[in-house]
Amino acid sequence: MKPVSLLRLVFVMLIVACGSAAVLGFVYQITTVPIQKANDAKELAAISSVIMEDFDNNPFKERTLIPGKHNQGQLTLYPARKDGKIKAVAIKTFSDKAFGGKIELIVGFFLDGTISGYKVISSKETPGLGAKVSEPKFSEQFIGVKPKKKTFKVKQDGGEIDAVTAATISSRAVVDAIKKAYDAYHKFSTRM
Amino acid sequence: MKQVSYQNLTRGIISENPALVMLLGMCPTLGVTTTALNGLGMGLATLLVLILSNTAISLVKNFIPSTIRIPCYITIIASFVTVVELLMTAYLPNLHAALGIYIPLIVVNCIILGRAEAFAAHNNVFQSLLDALGMGIGFTLALVALGLIREILGAGSAFGYQFIGEDGYPILMFIMPPGAFLALAGLIVLFNKSRRI
Amino acid sequence: MSYLMIFIAAIFVNNIVLSQFLGICPFLGVSKRISTALGMGCAVMFVMTLSGLVTHLIYFNLLQPNGLSFMTTVIFILIIASLVQMVEIILQKTSPMLYHALGIFLPLITTNCAVLGIAILAVQKNMSLMEAVCYNLANAMGFTLAIVLFSSIRERLSANPIPKALQGAPIALITAGLLSMAFMGFSGISH
Repeated sequence: MKPVSLLRLVFVMLIVACGSAAVLGFVYQITTVPIQKANDAKELAAISSVIMEDFDNNPFKERTLIPGKHNQGQLTLYPARKDGKIKAVAIKTFSDKAFGGKIELIVGFFLDGTISGYKVISSKETPGLGAKVSEPKFSEQFIGVKPKKKTFKVKQDGGEIDAVTAATISSRAVVDAIKKAYDAYHKFSTRM
Repeated sequence: MKQVSYQNLTRGIISENPALVMLLGMCPTLGVTTTALNGLGMGLATLLVLILSNTAISLVKNFIPSTIRIPCYITIIASFVTVVELLMTAYLPNLHAALGIYIPLIVVNCIILGRAEAFAAHNNVFQSLLDALGMGIGFTLALVALGLIREILGAGSAFGYQFIGEDGYPILMFIMPPGAFLALAGLIVLFNKSRRI
Repeated sequence: MSYLMIFIAAIFVNNIVLSQFLGICPFLGVSKRISTALGMGCAVMFVMTLSGLVTHLIYFNLLQPNGLSFMTTVIFILIIASLVQMVEIILQKTSPMLYHALGIFLPLITTNCAVLGIAILAVQKNMSLMEAVCYNLANAMGFTLAIVLFSSIRERLSANPIPKALQGAPIALITAGLLSMAFMGFSGISH
């Protein structure tokens, strides 16, 4: 092998690195907007699927942040208005206690604080087990429930919620996330 | 000449199948194959990166001194992986969410660097492209097969189509980590048996 | 998250190899004998802790403030590759003994996806510097535990008759599957 000068090594490596940076910068620029759009579309779809009332504003544009209890992260609140008056809200909430770590939901509330539904927007739960918390079979039991009550726990903890078979931890995480959302909703409604 | 091209294309699919014979790229093979669709997505993403990197590396191979070839190859591969990742986040957000951390890890998938070193660095662009295509298809097929086995046994569905049903008591273990190892062991045994016939 | 929890979660509950499937290649490749497995484990611990520190510093001081987080993969893999090379050279010059013990494993670490994977996960989880270093060390310890256990089983297996169809990779994968099943018993501890 013939020896190669240091200068040439540095030069080649530099060219490769510059080429790589240029390509990446370019692709990043053309994908920023679509990535943002894809994320927004996902959340907006989730918001409209959990709010049962009619609304005519864009709740996504009017979102406000509400700090969680004990500084544990922020929740996002999306108000749904009809003719300028708030009819219902959706809240993006999370729990760190899920089986796969973090689970994020969007929960819808009627104005009296009862749940109108929820949708899981990101989770790392096991497919076929913990991931079943996003199926209607489990999620429908929350509709019309007021999470304030003492019985808002899974049955294994002495509450009224039927946990998904073999996925108590995931079910508990959903309950935990909804409780957080309810606290945030409570804060919001007293301020209103 | 035609014979060589044909061999370069088919080698990766059967006799040197990266996942089932060479045991390369085991992390995504085991990690994402909880469903057949995830396996397909991962396989295609790897195929795409493999084609891009093999082509690019065989194009630039003469300009790169051999002492720094590995860092150069890694930079090229990592760039393509990031490109694929960005495009996927933008246009296939659901698939991206399902594959998660395994997408950036395509960089350290031994198949890609291995093919760059072993093949693309010594062959012309066309043959490297064929090699990438063969290896990528072989990897994708193995991932889909493994995903299908795990999905059928573990969730009672195939490509998301439920045929056993909620209460059919599928063998949950197969979509959990231990099932990945066991299903792959079974698949390798079957593959080796059928190859010998 | 308390530091103790980081360690317990990473070593037992979410073991990097047996439940997250990172670092499978060296796990299957260098686990035929306990001594080599242990050497590999030590080398990984060393490199991962170091790379955890460096990648964290670079990400939060250089990449994130400049809006370059999309370059994470490229930068991290280059850091890890050069770090491995540097460790190799330094060890060779300063401690021939240690180099002799770990040397052959070091180049293999560059393609160990555990190192890159955990570095990326640590910044994705927005950990503090101390947490990130602990998280890296804990996962490396999990890797070492898994590979040492696995190699000690394989050492015994090699002395036993194994059906022809299962020889080689299949029996190793079945063993790993059983080990992974055993580790599932830990799940739920951290919740």
